[in-house]
Amino acid sequence: MGSNVLTINDFCAHFEENQVVNNVTMKVEQNMVTSLMGPSGCGKTTLLRCINRMHELVPGAGVKGRVMLHDNDLYAMNPIEVRKRIGMVFQRPNPFPSMTIYDNVIAGYKLNGIRLKRPERDKIVEDSLRKSALWEEVKDRMYKRGTFLSGGQQQRLCIARALAMEPDVLLMDEPTSALDPKSTAHIEELIIELKENVTILLVTHNMAQAARVSDFTAFMYLGDLVEFGPTEKLFTVPEDKRTEEYLSGKFG
Amino acid sequence: MLRAKIDDLKRQIIQYSDHVEKMIEKSIRGLVSQNEGLLKSVIKEDEDKANMLELELDRTCTTVIAQYQPMGKELRTVLMIYDMSNAFERMGDHAVNISESALPLIKHKKIKPFIDIPRMSEITIKMLNDCIEAFVNESSKIAKEVCKRDSMIDGIRSQILRELITFMAENPSIISDCLHILRIADNLERIADLTTNICEDVIFITKGKVVKHNIQKKN
Amino acid sequence: MVNSNIYFRIIKDRLFLCGVYFFAFLVIVPLFLILYYIIKNGLPVINWEFLSSLPKPMGDVGGGIVNALAGTIMVVLTASVFAIPFGVLTGIYLAEAGKSRIADAVRLCAEILQGVPSIVIGIIAYAWIVVTFGSFSVFSGSVALALMMLPVVVRSTEETLKLIPNTIREASLALGVSYTRTILKVIIPCGLSGISTGVLLGVARISGETAPLLFTAFGSPYMNLNIFKPADTLPLLIFNYATSPYPDWQAMAWGASLVLVAFILIINLLAKLIGRKWEVTF
Repeated sequence: MGSNVLTINDFCAHFEENQVVNNVTMKVEQNMVTSLMGPSGCGKTTLLRCINRMHELVPGAGVKGRVMLHDNDLYAMNPIEVRKRIGMVFQRPNPFPSMTIYDNVIAGYKLNGIRLKRPERDKIVEDSLRKSALWEEVKDRMYKRGTFLSGGQQQRLCIARALAMEPDVLLMDEPTSALDPKSTAHIEELIIELKENVTILLVTHNMAQAARVSDFTAFMYLGDLVEFGPTEKLFTVPEDKRTEEYLSGKFG
Repeated sequence: MLRAKIDDLKRQIIQYSDHVEKMIEKSIRGLVSQNEGLLKSVIKEDEDKANMLELELDRTCTTVIAQYQPMGKELRTVLMIYDMSNAFERMGDHAVNISESALPLIKHKKIKPFIDIPRMSEITIKMLNDCIEAFVNESSKIAKEVCKRDSMIDGIRSQILRELITFMAENPSIISDCLHILRIADNLERIADLTTNICEDVIFITKGKVVKHNIQKKN
Repeated sequence: MVNSNIYFRIIKDRLFLCGVYFFAFLVIVPLFLILYYIIKNGLPVINWEFLSSLPKPMGDVGGGIVNALAGTIMVVLTASVFAIPFGVLTGIYLAEAGKSRIADAVRLCAEILQGVPSIVIGIIAYAWIVVTFGSFSVFSGSVALALMMLPVVVRSTEETLKLIPNTIREASLALGVSYTRTILKVIIPCGLSGISTGVLLGVARISGETAPLLFTAFGSPYMNLNIFKPADTLPLLIFNYATSPYPDWQAMAWGASLVLVAFILIINLLAKLIGRKWEVTF
């Protein structure tokens, strides 16, 4: 049985006076895909961004409560260290436009001033691109800038970039909402393959995606964690009435 | 993802049909060879397993629909597997009934050697095998052909009834045994009916046409 | 009924189009006239001697503008050394700070500085530096020019960096890269195209300034490579020679004008080329 990679206890987050996440307590299991779903404004993206401490970059934003990565309190660590161990993929693919594909994948090391020998670097780049199913498509064009890549390929490049850092957890913020249906299907398949290597926490506003892809689902509404459980159970016999209503499309 | 799940479901339903087939076969064998152990095992263990398999299939079908929103042929496949699981559960019940009726029968002397009952069960089991083959190969041709054999089963049952009536008229003391035999024949006939239902499902999956309740017209 | 309406509208359309073309043409004409005049009058004067020798004493025929060329380059280079780092860093600050009080104040100051007349800047530089040091110098001239170049660099740097989407910044931060490194290694390389363009346009602007150099660099007939001494520059030379009574010198003024205009044109083209080559699309 998996152990818990992330433990979130009584966690609250706010922007200035607005509390957007209220006392959320949940666990994220190792090598599983956990999804956070809910209507717009329910706090799922904010919660996600609190985990890699991007939330606090906004002026006036703050948090309360604890997030533990294995046995480490993430809010007692240096945020930069946190972000090295917890990777993130964003809604809009954002490869660095001034860098080649090769440099993009290794960017986490390069930008942090971590020096690696050439063979080691090459290995990391190849491994990451293979894991994100992009190697075959770009191996002959790695020293070009990534701007000619399609949306789906760019997103896979961003995934490779995050994976290169060998994070404990990979956070994905609606990774397919800016992509066409075919690319979306590819990325969903990729997510299922990736969970063998890394724990994934995924935010999605598309409940069908949460149903297809995740092992555990958390349903959030207006900042509260309404229900959390195995996806199979939550989508067939949810316990909370609000979950039932969301699934049948009454709101969101 | 969805493909893999549907293949999973297909494996489960085939496993179920194998189990039910064994139950029927065991019951008839137990009757013919007068083996009480076989009959008791059908009643006690096999039925539990049959029910468990049905619950498992129900759960899997529900989950697949909830999580993967199958459409078109895949949706029809999942819905029909659900239906088929139901049918198999009832076949299991009928097999248990056969064993229950056989138990008192084997304690007495045979009225006559069993010829028609085994023949009926052979045809029924073949119908079951063929309907699974029709399902696996998605062949509405085989399915239609299986449905035709149902009338054969009906014929045998009528014949058994006629024979039993003459026996009962001659010798009232064996009436209860005859009634048991009739019950066994009825259960076999119901099993054959259920296989034709499954064949109708197969035609629905492959052709998208609903042929239930008016199979005569379609044929 | 409908037909005549359509005709009327088509005619109005055509008329408008003609008007637009006509006025566009009107705008281009003066530019071509200027270039034509300068080339017509300046080209005959230009030869190797013109470009490589010092001016002869007053009245003598011949001579060249090499000291003015050197002076222009020195003064522009020194001004750039001041203005570029200062301007780019301020531009970065403004782009990152966004709407804070201090940022708004800095922005306002840059705008005001841009509006100060060039002669006034010259006088200020005179008062601050020439008087303090006791002599005219390239250095004082470059200070004046730097003050004029600064707002251009600040403004273009800020605008370029503001165009870089926040997602790029977030991508870098999410990799555990510190804020400083993100700015230096990600944001600035992305904005290099726009920043370079801004710098080159600033250089083009100050190359042709005369007024601030009148009381700072002052001018000199000798070749001088010491920035703490006065030197001649192309605009100054043009001013002096064009207003002189010697036809020889007047001809040389045309030649110098052509050189100056060519220089500025080349810088502008360079700015465009670099802008396009280093351009980064998002």
